[in-house]
Amino acid sequence: MIVSRRTNVLLILVVIALVVIPLVFVKGQFSGSDDQGSAAIAASEPGFKPWFHPLWKPPSGEVESLLFAVQAAIGAGIIGYVIGRIHGAARERDARAKGSATHVDH
Amino acid sequence: MHIMEGFLPPAHCIAWGAASAPFVVHGAIKLRRVMREQPQMRLTLAASGAFCFVLSALKMPSVTGSCSHPTGTGLGAVLFGPQVMAVLGAIVLLFQALLLAHGGLTTLGANIFSMAIVGPWVAYGVWRLCRSLNLSIAVALFMGAALGDLATYVTTSVELALAYPDAASGFTGAFLKFVGVFFLTQVPLAIAEGLLTVVVMNALASRTNLLQELGLIRSKTA
Repeated sequence: MIVSRRTNVLLILVVIALVVIPLVFVKGQFSGSDDQGSAAIAASEPGFKPWFHPLWKPPSGEVESLLFAVQAAIGAGIIGYVIGRIHGAARERDARAKGSATHVDH
Repeated sequence: MHIMEGFLPPAHCIAWGAASAPFVVHGAIKLRRVMREQPQMRLTLAASGAFCFVLSALKMPSVTGSCSHPTGTGLGAVLFGPQVMAVLGAIVLLFQALLLAHGGLTTLGANIFSMAIVGPWVAYGVWRLCRSLNLSIAVALFMGAALGDLATYVTTSVELALAYPDAASGFTGAFLKFVGVFFLTQVPLAIAEGLLTVVVMNALASRTNLLQELGLIRSKTA
């Protein structure tokens, strides 16, 4: 453990607060900063047109959010699997160590 | 930090691509070596890549009334070294460019340079510095991940300012303009990224000898 269980819970609560507080207390469009960067270029360069376009674009905002959710789900699934495997292996190792210790006693 | 498809002039695309390519190749060699020499680390390696996958998909609201996303590259940079993250970050960026029309193929080199090279190297450097100052693993990890996140967005601002210097104030004026777009929005997200990195490292490292095996800490009791 690199932080205590209590600190761990606290860290997660702070992350949630960091997301929720702006949503509740800040009035804003909540558009993406990546798109604002693109908009800043377009604003400073009159007549700016991107010289290349994405080969494929999600046909709607719904499909785009689906794909972002899929991306996050794949990542979260893998992390959950790995943590489960690691902890399962550790438990097994502990159990075996205990088992062999009692075996030696006999 | 994604520069959108077609938003950098062709010469800049080629230059950033050329700058990023050696890091990605070197990272791929290092990645293969880790997989061959430490096969027990494959799961942790997968988790590091997956963390990057999750965090760069999360567009979170910020105090400025805009949304942005963390990068998730600090965890893997600390665990396996920054070189490996050039590959894992490139995979994430390629996924987003092809399937989400977020970022782009022409701007892939520039986006790899900011998110998968500068971010991880800064995260790793800050982690090492904090550890040499005897700060705890949790604090060093938090600082590394948070500052690596911010460094990525500063790099994006540099890339955009080089391509589109201000007519009156040149590179500096344009840099300040783009930093203005990204930086303040990113601060709370960088903090969130730092905290989440500690939480995930805690889950990966508790009950295991992960940190000892990777040589990140020496004694078992530390």
